[in-house]
Amino acid sequence: MSGITAEQVAHLASLARIDLSPEEIASLTIDLGQIVESVKKVQEVATPDVPATSHPMPLTNVFRDDVVVPSLTVEQALSGAPDRDGDKFRVPPILEED
Amino acid sequence: MTDLIKLSAADLGGLLADGSVSSVEVTRAHLDHIAAVDTDLHAFLHVAADAALATADRVDARRAAGERLGLLAGVPIAIKDVLATRDMPSTAGSKILEGWIPPYDATVVKRLRDAHLIPLGKTNMDEFAMGSSTEHSAYGPTRNPWDQERIPGGSGGGSAAAVAAFEAPIALGSDTGGSIRQPAAVTGSVGVKPTYGGVSRYGAIALASSLDQVGPVSRTVYDAALLHDVIGGHDPLDSTSLTDPWPSMAAAARAGLADGALKGIRIGVVKELHGDGFQAGVKQRFTETLALLAAAGAEITEVSAPNFEYSVAAYYLILPAEASSNLARFDSVRFGLRENPTDGPVTIERVMAATRDAGFGPEVKRRIILGTYALSTGYYDAYYGSAQKVRTLIQRDFDAAFEKVDLLVSPSAPTTAFKFGEKLADPMAMYLNDITTIPANLAGIPGMSLPMGLAPEDGLPVGLQVMAPAKQDARLYTFGAAVEQLLETHWGHTLLSRAPALAPLEMFASEEGVL
Repeated sequence: MSGITAEQVAHLASLARIDLSPEEIASLTIDLGQIVESVKKVQEVATPDVPATSHPMPLTNVFRDDVVVPSLTVEQALSGAPDRDGDKFRVPPILEED
Repeated sequence: MTDLIKLSAADLGGLLADGSVSSVEVTRAHLDHIAAVDTDLHAFLHVAADAALATADRVDARRAAGERLGLLAGVPIAIKDVLATRDMPSTAGSKILEGWIPPYDATVVKRLRDAHLIPLGKTNMDEFAMGSSTEHSAYGPTRNPWDQERIPGGSGGGSAAAVAAFEAPIALGSDTGGSIRQPAAVTGSVGVKPTYGGVSRYGAIALASSLDQVGPVSRTVYDAALLHDVIGGHDPLDSTSLTDPWPSMAAAARAGLADGALKGIRIGVVKELHGDGFQAGVKQRFTETLALLAAAGAEITEVSAPNFEYSVAAYYLILPAEASSNLARFDSVRFGLRENPTDGPVTIERVMAATRDAGFGPEVKRRIILGTYALSTGYYDAYYGSAQKVRTLIQRDFDAAFEKVDLLVSPSAPTTAFKFGEKLADPMAMYLNDITTIPANLAGIPGMSLPMGLAPEDGLPVGLQVMAPAKQDARLYTFGAAVEQLLETHWGHTLLSRAPALAPLEMFASEEGVL
């Protein structure tokens, strides 16, 4: 097996900011182990001489002219916000208080 | 009076243009049918009945005032819920976006409105387009109109079921690994994944940005072409949008109806995409279709694409990696759900984690965790890096094949529609189902699925997949229209005319001349 542990999955969940339950971590540990075991097959043919492709139709330097164009109004931008304070998004405290 | 919902978008457009019917009549017929059948089918997450009728009324007024409108003006359309619409909720099938109404339209939606089509509503899908069955929709699955115990395909099962069940003549879909083509195959409808960059993705809620492509869903190849012409072409708001000029796909489809359109066309059968693991009835219909093509003058050869065997593995590394980054935007700050942790301090990080736990379903969590793993320090080269190399190898396989043939064909899916729950417990079994459609996404080339019959063992639709070189979308439409004509002449009917009636009362009423 690929040796995926519950501790690893818990760490990945914290990196991905998902508050998983112990049950979810247990079942994802099994799933992830099986999937990783299967997808690591890519290593069989990914030899050093093969270049990587990140994009199917490579385009470079897609720029537009540096001119002001209409954009969302403040009201539009805030229209889906879970919470707001005047013209700003309101968020919970960033730092925990001691 | 003809049954308006059974007509193609092209035919409806003709009747609307010559004044035989109004857009309000056409729109109302589809809304009535949705009301009659969609409680069972659940193809729609949102139906915008009043707005659709109001838009139809405005289109009728413009026509009455003598304005000359486009070929699809006044024709209703369903829109996959992955696309942003400023007047309808856009959830991508996820609880984290429940009720969210975006402040702007996706470019393809804007183009529909500019061409005076009538948006009927938003169609169901696997959450964030992750799935092949709609079973991963947070709002419950869509049922297959051919057999309501079976999946309609995914992720765009809602759009495919909507057109197959005559709830809309055409629809929009999105295809990251087959989400337009596989639902088309299992519902007996038509779906096209355009060349990567051929249709704008501005306002399409991103799954995997190097793979996602928006495209048409329909009952006929010509309707797909007409819709492609409306939505396609360069969009400065999408940095991956190609600036190439495109020929008319509708003209390309019409060219396929000419006598001898199939004569001399070089068709490659991909050796790795049929045979072992494919359902007997799928193989049988595929072999029969090849024989019909050969009899019509097409040159059929077998081609090998040895690296396709690695495509599912590469895809299920690239997609989760890109998805884990794209879905980071669902952070409880700017839009969507916010959920506070049940205990402990309420800091933004803990709110984010609680929100993403509550808002994402199991498949989304699975893929985010997998993608986070594949991108982690120490694993990046072994997994994501290797998958990107496989992508190069698959492109090379396609390049070699297209040196010998004009088009490649395969079954669109290994099986007909499977039953609900059949593959839910085993993620890898669900993923392997995408073997036929994934290579085109990895290489960025266009692909189409169209019906090629019913499997004898279960009476369910089987799809033919056609793939063309990058930017040769027009070739797909010419060939697709020719094959569709060939098959329908051979059968003596359209495939969808064999689908079971969904609303018996409605059917009796029309037989008795009440409607």
